[in-house]
Amino acid sequence: MKDSEITECLKKQFSDDIFEVDISSDMLTVTVAHPVIHEIIRFLKEDPFLNFMFLTTLCGIHYPDRGLPLGVIYHLHNFYENKRIRIKTFLSLNNPKIATVTDLFATANWMERETYDFYGIIFEGHPNLKRILNVDYLDYFPMRKEYPLEDPTREDKDDRYFGR
Amino acid sequence: MNSEEKQYTTLNLGPTHPATHGIFQNVLTIDGEKIVDTEQTIGYIHRAFEKIAEHRPYYQITTLTDRMNYCSAPINNIGWHMTVEKLLGVKTNKRINYMRIILMELARITDHLICNSIIGVDSGALTGFVYVFQERERVYEIYEEVSGARLTTNMGRIGGFERDFTPTAIRKIKEFLERMPKVLKEFEKLLLRNRIFMDRTIGVGPISAEKAINYGFAGPNLRAAGVDFDVRIMNPYSSYEDFEFEIPLGSNGDTYDRFCVRQEEVWQSLNIIRNALDNIPEGRHYVDVPEFYLPPKEDVYSKMEALIWHFKIVMGEIDIPKKEVYHSVEGANGELGFYLVSDGGRTPYRLHFRRPCFVYYQALPEMIRGGVLSDAILTMSSMNVIAGELDG
Repeated sequence: MKDSEITECLKKQFSDDIFEVDISSDMLTVTVAHPVIHEIIRFLKEDPFLNFMFLTTLCGIHYPDRGLPLGVIYHLHNFYENKRIRIKTFLSLNNPKIATVTDLFATANWMERETYDFYGIIFEGHPNLKRILNVDYLDYFPMRKEYPLEDPTREDKDDRYFGR
Repeated sequence: MNSEEKQYTTLNLGPTHPATHGIFQNVLTIDGEKIVDTEQTIGYIHRAFEKIAEHRPYYQITTLTDRMNYCSAPINNIGWHMTVEKLLGVKTNKRINYMRIILMELARITDHLICNSIIGVDSGALTGFVYVFQERERVYEIYEEVSGARLTTNMGRIGGFERDFTPTAIRKIKEFLERMPKVLKEFEKLLLRNRIFMDRTIGVGPISAEKAINYGFAGPNLRAAGVDFDVRIMNPYSSYEDFEFEIPLGSNGDTYDRFCVRQEEVWQSLNIIRNALDNIPEGRHYVDVPEFYLPPKEDVYSKMEALIWHFKIVMGEIDIPKKEVYHSVEGANGELGFYLVSDGGRTPYRLHFRRPCFVYYQALPEMIRGGVLSDAILTMSSMNVIAGELDG
């Protein structure tokens, strides 16, 4: 299975919702519109040719300077052809809502909870969307870039030359 | 209350229960001995590695990876080094690759030994555990000889190793290869065809292949369900393509199959180590990448260029390509992935660990539902849930 064949398949089905196809990366990377993410993942999984049956990982990312700052990144794997694909989609900070894929992949359950926990991305339709690794009463999403790693009021450490 | 109405008991298993072998909690709803449902609470030892990694230069992240699956730290370390090498486009020579394979397979052996002997302990057979733990100790002596540390090894560097295998290290590996088969046979004699052990494990906590794939299982747990997915074969890294080895498969995906698959993998790993040690090519233990591999300390004190590189590496003033990579290795528990996004800065912009335990542990309620409590303990230990890897 070639990258171009996968791209063609996707474009035929979701022409306007495919924003960017990047083949320069280590695996085919497709950026898609977030409202159709569920259909795209389902198409990738259930299409007899594409057959991406394994959700390797799902994670969030935060680019504070971009128009759509929050991202969700899916890595899928087709075991038969040994082909991997990366799907990216971006959301706004005010309305970070996206459809869950737990109905397609049971494994997405905790992955989505983790992404919610750290980035505040709300997966609509998730059966049990609550924090997983952090305490329940945490009132912010710690992996967002504006949250410093350490207490910024500390005076005993000068990190000017070390760290971002 | 109507006396006919059923009442369930709620039982806390964990967070510090000796049988969970780590800190995580299961709130079981039980009907007598039967498990009706369970709710898992995790995160007790969450240390925010992904956040910390965004503030550390690349070479300092190795110490974070140690603390994920601490039963097989070298795999995590070397997997991370290979991820960075993939990002930088550094190609390592065969000697480094073979050295890495030897260490990674040793780590796999120790990890599987712990898991399998713990299954024995949880089913009431402590003896086997004591037998193999002595051998695990010897592997730790090898780690100590190679890297100076035992549990959290911080092994290797980006671009190779800090030092070559010493004659002592090679002697210790050879001794281990000689002694291990005998111990392993003895261990198998205790458990593999033991009637009590088989009765306790066959048909316990089974999962079908479809469900295992759907739940994102990988590694021995997936192979026990009969799916021949192994990253070492699918996406060979570190010259695994040079070696011939078998991928053991189970059929039922139950506790006994998981035990057998792990046991057979230990034998295969021993063969791989033996082959790698016999055929290890000559060469240097590091590749020539002055931008990422620290120069020898004598040179730093006496040569200007070495001093400059040393300073640049430590301060993180090295140009790093702006791109993203996903690299995965076959960890002891399955596909251990590193998704690294670099924006050219001294630290990763984003680093996500695909921690196999975190992915597959969520299938536990489904695997233990309808079974009895003592079987649930066995299922949990046969899945090899390592709290460090679970919480990240």
